[in-house]
Amino acid sequence: MTALLTILVLVFITIAIWQMIKIFDLSQAKNKSNDTGVATDKDNSINGYLMMGFLAFIYIITIVSFVKWGDLPLMSNSASAHGPGIDKLMIVSMVLIFTVQTLTQFLLHYYAFKYRGEKGKKAVFFSDSAKLEFIWTAIPVVTLAGLILWGLFSWTNIMNVEETDDTIVIELYAQQFNWKARYAGEDNTLGQANVRLINLDNANILGLDESDPNAQDDIITTELHLPVGRPVLFKMRSQDVLHSAYMPHFRAQMNCVPGMITQFGFTPTVTTEDMRQNPDMIDKVQRINKIRTEKSKDLIAKGEEGLERYEFDYLLLCNKICGKSHYNMQMKIVVESEEDYKAWLSTQKLFKDSLVKN
Amino acid sequence: MSAHAETHDHDDHGHHHKETFVTKYIFSQDHKMIAKQYLITGTIMGVIGVLMSMMFRLQIAWPEEPNVLFEALLGKWAPDGVMDADIYLALVTIHGTIMVFFVLTAGLSGTFSNLLIPLQIGARDMASGFLNMVSYWLFFLSSVIMIISLFVEAGPAAAGWTIYPPLSALPLAQGGSGMGMTLWLVSMAIFIASSLLGSLNYVVTVLNLRTKGMSMTRLPLTIWAFFVTAIIGVVSFPVLLSAALLLIMDRSFGTSFFLSDIFIQGEVLHYQGGSPVLFEHLFWFLGHPEVYIVILPAMGLVSEIMATNSRKPIFGYRAMILSILAIAFLSTIVWGHHMFISGMNPFLGSVFTFTTLLIAIPSAVKAFNWITTLWKGNLQMNPAMLFSIGFVSTFISGGLTGIILGDSALDINVHDTYFVVAHFHLVMGISALYGMFAGIYHWYPKMFGRMLNKNLGYIHFWITAICAYGVFFPMHFIGMAGLPRRYYTNSNFPLFDDLSNVNVIITMFALVGGVVQIIYLWNFFYSIFYGKKAEQNPWRATTLEWTTPVKHIHGNWEGDIPHVYRWAYDYSKPGYDVDFVPQNVPFKEGEEELHH
Repeated sequence: MTALLTILVLVFITIAIWQMIKIFDLSQAKNKSNDTGVATDKDNSINGYLMMGFLAFIYIITIVSFVKWGDLPLMSNSASAHGPGIDKLMIVSMVLIFTVQTLTQFLLHYYAFKYRGEKGKKAVFFSDSAKLEFIWTAIPVVTLAGLILWGLFSWTNIMNVEETDDTIVIELYAQQFNWKARYAGEDNTLGQANVRLINLDNANILGLDESDPNAQDDIITTELHLPVGRPVLFKMRSQDVLHSAYMPHFRAQMNCVPGMITQFGFTPTVTTEDMRQNPDMIDKVQRINKIRTEKSKDLIAKGEEGLERYEFDYLLLCNKICGKSHYNMQMKIVVESEEDYKAWLSTQKLFKDSLVKN
Repeated sequence: MSAHAETHDHDDHGHHHKETFVTKYIFSQDHKMIAKQYLITGTIMGVIGVLMSMMFRLQIAWPEEPNVLFEALLGKWAPDGVMDADIYLALVTIHGTIMVFFVLTAGLSGTFSNLLIPLQIGARDMASGFLNMVSYWLFFLSSVIMIISLFVEAGPAAAGWTIYPPLSALPLAQGGSGMGMTLWLVSMAIFIASSLLGSLNYVVTVLNLRTKGMSMTRLPLTIWAFFVTAIIGVVSFPVLLSAALLLIMDRSFGTSFFLSDIFIQGEVLHYQGGSPVLFEHLFWFLGHPEVYIVILPAMGLVSEIMATNSRKPIFGYRAMILSILAIAFLSTIVWGHHMFISGMNPFLGSVFTFTTLLIAIPSAVKAFNWITTLWKGNLQMNPAMLFSIGFVSTFISGGLTGIILGDSALDINVHDTYFVVAHFHLVMGISALYGMFAGIYHWYPKMFGRMLNKNLGYIHFWITAICAYGVFFPMHFIGMAGLPRRYYTNSNFPLFDDLSNVNVIITMFALVGGVVQIIYLWNFFYSIFYGKKAEQNPWRATTLEWTTPVKHIHGNWEGDIPHVYRWAYDYSKPGYDVDFVPQNVPFKEGEEELHH
């Protein structure tokens, strides 16, 4: 039945096109003899005007996109210490890009319109100009030199994390298709681990070295809690395939690679609670909940369950294709005060207590 | 050298061999026929690739909704018409592979390098007609294997077109990494062999078989682009071949080049000491030059078509050559910008940021030169010209966002989001496709002796142009909102719920844009048989291919190969009544070269 429908649709499309071509042929019947398939003055003129129309289309789609989707809480309101630096560089780059875009698209389409061909007109023989080439080589060189330097300084600052006494080291552990976090515990040192030591029988799921004294007080969790204002250094591992720990609100991302430990560090600056009170975020959450309410109505009408109300939470997403359920590999991140963080951590099981004794 | 070759050729072609159907249409060694074979195979692959993109766009816009199309085309992979998550990833993977390699490398470069190199440099054929034929048939074989891989039991390759191990190496990690991935690798290995044979042939032909007077600085920019593209291909494709071979070793023979310390489905695997990051380096050592292998030929075609249809010399001929060379050189030392957050040393990231952003300079030079070529021209708005202008437009729009992605600090937050998808589709996907369409509309009369219907060409261009921006412009914004690519559905993230309407808009544009290509296909196949007969030089162009007879003959020219006396861009030259002077016309007395 469905195959039949598909075939029918294809047949109709074919007929439609056949009809369109017939109409075109008929409309040109009278001057068929001198139509050589090459553009005439009329074609030049029509397409010249369409070029200006298209320029307007590009400008409109730019404006619409910015007005409707440009107010992105993810583009502003970063929640880490290095975030505002990235956002500032991003905005400067964007302003630059859109200035260049607006100007060059104008020149391109305007020239296409202005110099549309006419019989008997002759183009100007203008083959080269060292001066012009110099200008449009030099301007990008200077601009890019600025951008490169700025970018490199930010990059170096972000990536070169110095571990101090204040730094909390947390392991992020990726597997198909979930995330775990491992805290170092009282001794502030993560125990040795390797996937070869994984023992599912006694619930040593991350492959910690059970004989390592540093491993005993490690804490494995399925939610990531971070105290606000303390530098965090993530040590990342993966047990099976590549994953990528993407924490967009913190402007942070690093791949998790089987066989090696990668790292990324940042300092969270805004608690989950404070971010929920942020006016931009309140707007966004309201917008989302409006959409969810609409969808729920449809679902309930169909006899299914409605959607839960959305409440803002920081998230860790997997951002490197990792298999079938890649699209649902996430972990909640909670940024809270030092006291709340400590209180939460003290309710979690230590590694040595989490092992199943035989 | 040239003079000698010429007399030799002349003798050779005095008496023609009798051609059978098989030697003329199937195992042909004639470059013009091989070009057509490349084009038609590329077109068929393109239809498959575009159809796949329309299917996964439907899934993204209306996740997990049953669709008759899925049921009809995907069979067991769409139980009750709902697309399966594994096949979604497979569609994305094969779409990327087909479009990048089979359509925009073989279909674009294979078609036009073969067609234009001998015709525009004044040669009877490629340096080796036999290797050329082998190159096409290897490409055909690899296409067939890629198509066969779609039908294996556990599904086609689904690890993304970049096939990063361990996902691509372990059938335990993903169904598609079994037989599907084996066939993918075999197909690509054959493809690379085909590409290398083709590239070597192009390089040798350009260097050795130019007609008398055709110095390197009189070559049309098309030839420069094909020549440099072939060199990049020869330099970088073997590295991908080595990556593919090592991956085959890891998969089938137990080596550990890319794998180490893996625990999957309850067991520890034996692999020890390898690194997936090594694979990423090898892959992108080709993978990045590959985007220039795709875009440079399109740039060459566009330069040529713009000059012809502006009735003006291309602006800054030497600057154009220099920028092609600069882009080619830089393209081989920027691959690390795909790997800023792969776990490689951050200092290496700094180096790659520097080299990457440098590419913006020759790119800007090219864009400004194209725009200046239009200035004070007498623009003939043929469909080929529209696609060329469209090319410059999408190349600028897409290229500019490269400044963000190439900057390692900014890349952290947009890496692998839809921002990247929007960027590369505009700058090398749509642009290269426009370049290819421009080339087809322009050289169709040369290939088939008939004209394409121009009105259908206009409809094709304008609807495609609007849809291309409609799809990829809004896509930047969902990327900046943090939406990762290659997600089967976003419904597990309420965070992205307000973007679902954007995805519906994008899909609408994508569907219309895809269906509209039927107009082009119709025009293409209908005109082969019923199009208007073409004149010898319908666009009044200066280059040598238009001095050959409309009807194809083996050896290209009856009688002697024409000599060349001037560059390829004497359009509207002062002192002439006509607005073009072909390359084979000698200088008049007192005439001077007016360009540098």
